Amino acid sequence: MRRHVGKQSIRFDLPPVIRAAASVVGPKEGDGPLKDRFDRIMPDMLSGTNSWEKAESALARQGIELAVDKAGLSMPEIDYILAGDLLNQSIGSTYAVRSLERPFFGLFSACSTIGEAMTLGCVLVDGEYADNIAAAASSHFCAAEKTFRNPLELGGQRPLTSSWTVTGDGCVIISSSGKGPRITAATTGKIIDMGIKDVNNMGAAMAPAAADVLIHHFEDFNAQPSGYDAIVTGDLGSTGLKLLKTLMAEKGYDIGENAFDCGVEIFDAKTQDTHAGGSGPACSAVTFASLFYPKLCEGRIKRLLFVPTGALMNSTTAMQGETMPSIAHALRIEA
Amino acid sequence: MDSSELSKKKYKNLVDEASPNSNVYRDCLKAFAVGGAICCIGQALNNLWVNLGASMDEAGAYTAIALVLSSVLLTGLGVYDKLGKHAGAGSFVPITGFANAMAAPAVEFKREGFIMGVGAKMFTVAGPVIVYGTLASIVVGLVYYILK
Repeated sequence: MRRHVGKQSIRFDLPPVIRAAASVVGPKEGDGPLKDRFDRIMPDMLSGTNSWEKAESALARQGIELAVDKAGLSMPEIDYILAGDLLNQSIGSTYAVRSLERPFFGLFSACSTIGEAMTLGCVLVDGEYADNIAAAASSHFCAAEKTFRNPLELGGQRPLTSSWTVTGDGCVIISSSGKGPRITAATTGKIIDMGIKDVNNMGAAMAPAAADVLIHHFEDFNAQPSGYDAIVTGDLGSTGLKLLKTLMAEKGYDIGENAFDCGVEIFDAKTQDTHAGGSGPACSAVTFASLFYPKLCEGRIKRLLFVPTGALMNSTTAMQGETMPSIAHALRIEA
Repeated sequence: MDSSELSKKKYKNLVDEASPNSNVYRDCLKAFAVGGAICCIGQALNNLWVNLGASMDEAGAYTAIALVLSSVLLTGLGVYDKLGKHAGAGSFVPITGFANAMAAPAVEFKREGFIMGVGAKMFTVAGPVIVYGTLASIVVGLVYYILK
């Protein structure tokens, strides 16, 4: 336990390097504020396949291949792939890595999957069990709507608190050597459930989980929000981000100036009709890879706390009137 | 995070405060206008059939067929969901909404095959309407029979 810090955190002795990050997104994301930053934008939602599910696996595979390429590595040099998505039994990632022939850990942590993948990847690298790992997360708007909500062509209305599942795949290559920002610490979240049942307000369900992991991170490392240039949550959206700021203020932490949310950054809520913002495993993964990772590499952000958030309900429990358990994982990344 | 019942209640209030609400008046107006327009089109079609020599019963059936057909066509072309986004109940309640509720899952689950995909999933949205519509008609029929 010598590298375990406080109640929920770990620090890395030889902080793993994020050697490369890649993002592949769908057309709507490619029309948004980050359009010039993505590595690849799919021309349509099927991207050359004949189903949404196949399209998701195709872009998930491309995201991993692209990241490996950008890192200057070849696929056989990747010791493990850690990836997950929203489709039943994480089938999107399974098909994506089928032809890559690398050892694979399939993960599920809903929209916080990239946080879980990066934390476990760092443990593998820092523990000297791997030299290079690929951590990835994907989602597809149409496939997610089909799994969790209504058919696309059904004429209905979405509440203003609802979010828009991001189509894409974000992948980072974490290595024991090389150039790039380093992950120096991680705080793993607990399941937090404050009784929110409204599946159209996932930001409200996840905000307490984000607050909990942030508070424990600050306590475990005796740190303050002002010690970070940016605190980047996953997909709280505008409603969830507002709630997080309120919850943090109640505990005496002011994160106002430095707090960003990937769900808010990825779409223009006014012109793209996305209501509270983007969501889905790809949301935090592609926004980190395209917006925040380059800023860390350029030194424009020196210290960043990356906090992907996830609401862990499924469509059956939601119909049974159960609440939405949520989680968030924090990673301290330093340029 | 303190997850006692008291703090859950307090948090619920916080969420209600932070969550934006839809503009009910604007939504009602839009629903009224679109729903009304669909009904006017139906009435105009009905009058047309009658003028062409159909009986009232026949005209009703022709009108329903015409409305359902156009709704399915607009669903397939990806127009009806855009209308529904603005109109809400205005486009969901008329017979065109029912047709949309059948056609949308049929389009969506084409990849899963014609039996377990289209055939089975077609009723995921409209199924409850059929079940409870039939039940309600039986109850009304029984009440009518007893009171007659």
